[in-house]
Amino acid sequence: MLSQCEKKIEFSKTKNSRYIVKLKDIKRAIKFLKQEKNYNFLVDITAVDYLDFCEPKQKRFAIIYLLKDDSFDNLLVLKAYLNEDEIIDSITDLYEGANWSEREVWDQYGLKFKNHPNLKRILNHKEFVGHPLRKDYPMTKGQLCTKTDDLMDEMTPKLKAKGYENHDDLMFLNLGPAHPASHGTIRTFVALEGETIVGAVNEIGYLHRGFEKSCENHTYNQIIPYTDRLNYCSAILNNIAFAHTVEQMLGVELPDRGQFIRVIIGELSRIIDHLVCLAANLVDMGALTNYWYLYNPRETAYQLLSKLTGARLTNSYMRIGGMTHDLYDGFEDDLKECIKDVEKGMHDTLSLIEHNRIFQDRAQNIGIVTGDEAINRGWSGPNLRASGVNYDVRVNHPYYHYDTFDFDVVVGSQGDVYDRMMVRFEEIRQSIKIIDQAMKTLPGGSYSVADHSITFPLKKNVYSNIEGLMNQFKLVSEGVKVPNQEFYSSIEAANGELGFYIVSDGSGTPYRVKVRPPCFFSMATLSAMVEGEMIADAVLSLGSLNIIAGELDR
Amino acid sequence: MAVTGEEAIYGDSVITTKLDSAIAWARESSMWPYIFGTACCAIEFMSVASSKFDISRFGAEVVRFSPRQADLLIIAGTVSYKQAPILKKIYDQMTEPKWVMSAGACACSGGFYDNYTTMQGVDEIIPVDVYISGCPPRPEAFLEGLMQIQKLQAKPTKYLKKRAKREFKGRLDA
Ligand code: SF4
Repeated sequence: MLSQCEKKIEFSKTKNSRYIVKLKDIKRAIKFLKQEKNYNFLVDITAVDYLDFCEPKQKRFAIIYLLKDDSFDNLLVLKAYLNEDEIIDSITDLYEGANWSEREVWDQYGLKFKNHPNLKRILNHKEFVGHPLRKDYPMTKGQLCTKTDDLMDEMTPKLKAKGYENHDDLMFLNLGPAHPASHGTIRTFVALEGETIVGAVNEIGYLHRGFEKSCENHTYNQIIPYTDRLNYCSAILNNIAFAHTVEQMLGVELPDRGQFIRVIIGELSRIIDHLVCLAANLVDMGALTNYWYLYNPRETAYQLLSKLTGARLTNSYMRIGGMTHDLYDGFEDDLKECIKDVEKGMHDTLSLIEHNRIFQDRAQNIGIVTGDEAINRGWSGPNLRASGVNYDVRVNHPYYHYDTFDFDVVVGSQGDVYDRMMVRFEEIRQSIKIIDQAMKTLPGGSYSVADHSITFPLKKNVYSNIEGLMNQFKLVSEGVKVPNQEFYSSIEAANGELGFYIVSDGSGTPYRVKVRPPCFFSMATLSAMVEGEMIADAVLSLGSLNIIAGELDR
Repeated sequence: MAVTGEEAIYGDSVITTKLDSAIAWARESSMWPYIFGTACCAIEFMSVASSKFDISRFGAEVVRFSPRQADLLIIAGTVSYKQAPILKKIYDQMTEPKWVMSAGACACSGGFYDNYTTMQGVDEIIPVDVYISGCPPRPEAFLEGLMQIQKLQAKPTKYLKKRAKREFKGRLDA
């Protein structure tokens, strides 16, 4: 079937294939891929509006599907062109994970899906008029929201399906968006019978702050600070994911020292991200002491990071083609100190909870998600691994010499809250192992690519010769020029597969940037996870997924 | 100055003062904050609350998540248009005297999110007493903001008088 489609580009390096498919064939093609070729993992669905694109396209919009097969090694990109009035076949019956992604495409681009169970806005509010990611929607045209959605349009059919014709015996409760256990701005609207949840609906988008639209009028390097604020608990990993994607589009590779620095700082970010997640989880359980044990090492890491990057939280350390500067003198000692603190914090916490009956009773067999379900819903990262699926981008698509480091991919067996927490504890240990190895073998030399159409020249050249001055001027005023192409690449961020799909028109500003936020897919599962559970357990289920609103809502 | 009043009889074991000042003094050292934490700035607030920066040194560690029990609203994070009615509702539910601290670039002005979804400053919908800068503000800046509010409310300043007469009309006030 696919051979009939026009085959466009073959990515040799990452074994990615791209196909242009007719819109009416999309669903058939995906069904075929899923059923015959085991493309069971839907990475993402996104759209592009080619209205202002530098070269004409067949039709104004394109819808893009990214799929991976069972081995997670092969990525396939399917693309179909369409006009505004054409309708896309929904694939929610094939992949649960498609539900929210399709809603997002509708919300942002106004493209309609046939047979979608509930095609309504997801990121923007109910009163919003228009579709903001269309090129003709003005960047700064805000629209006031006066009322919050009561969500009964989703809740009533849900309850009806469970046999609740009237709601007299039920109590409705909003968990969030302003709730201490809602981890930012997440809203879970539940219907309770006693303390048991009989129906749950999630609403997101409260922290939608237009990342993707903002990318469209900033140069590639100016976007780095925005990426910090996706998953702000591990800002640098987001920097790396973005810079790594753009570097591949440019066809450059960092010198080894640069790659090693990214590994070291990236793993440190993963550690501190897991620390916050675990600390918050335990607070939700009432185990407050552990919050101090786990959070305080973060302070040591903050000190190291502010010494290195100038900022505690929003570091913006990476640049396209490298990073702002090299490690400082004495970095190694500070890092050791930091890791010692992390180990101590972990040890103290684990000695309180590991064999603690209360903890085990609270966390085990709660919020179970099986491996198959997790894949079908597009989970990745520690959450997916906790469900027993062995998928880690660092191993399946090794970048930055990850294949040469000795570390284990941590997998769980039950896929419950307990596993998700324990996987994170063990991942901290593995990250420490990687950091140790990387520090021991850290090569010397340059840390950035030497091409000055990508990275800034040394200041002394800027001041003393015309070539340096021109390089600097062009980079600041026009940005790094990225060849005209569409590209997807991902890394293993703290929450899983963090990918960027970038459309470039050859200028210094991306034409379109789509983030594949790992926790978006976990979040879409929450309502199904908590139905039938006790309300107190719903809080733990949410916490164990590590939903970071900045990444979720973008 | 000659000592008069009760102090003249009992020495420094008693202090006479105005009731208002006594209450203001008590309030100053026990502000109960409500954290309206939506984004990255809220993570910095976690640091403010933990051991190293320890907000309890300033008497404000009793973080309340019920607006009815809180007297200091700290807005830490980006407020989108979708979020705005919620913020307003929470502000309205707080009882007087209430104070508002807008923490970080986003809450103060929309920060670098000048786009279709982000409110360009929370003062478009609710009145703000103290703005603190930073993206995110360092924990010290949060504490500085807290001390400013403590100072503002402790003494009968011009600001308090002006504030009492203030008629605020935000974009969500019909
Ligand atoms: S001010 Fe900066 S750190 Fe704070 S919420 Fe806004 S973007 Fe995040």
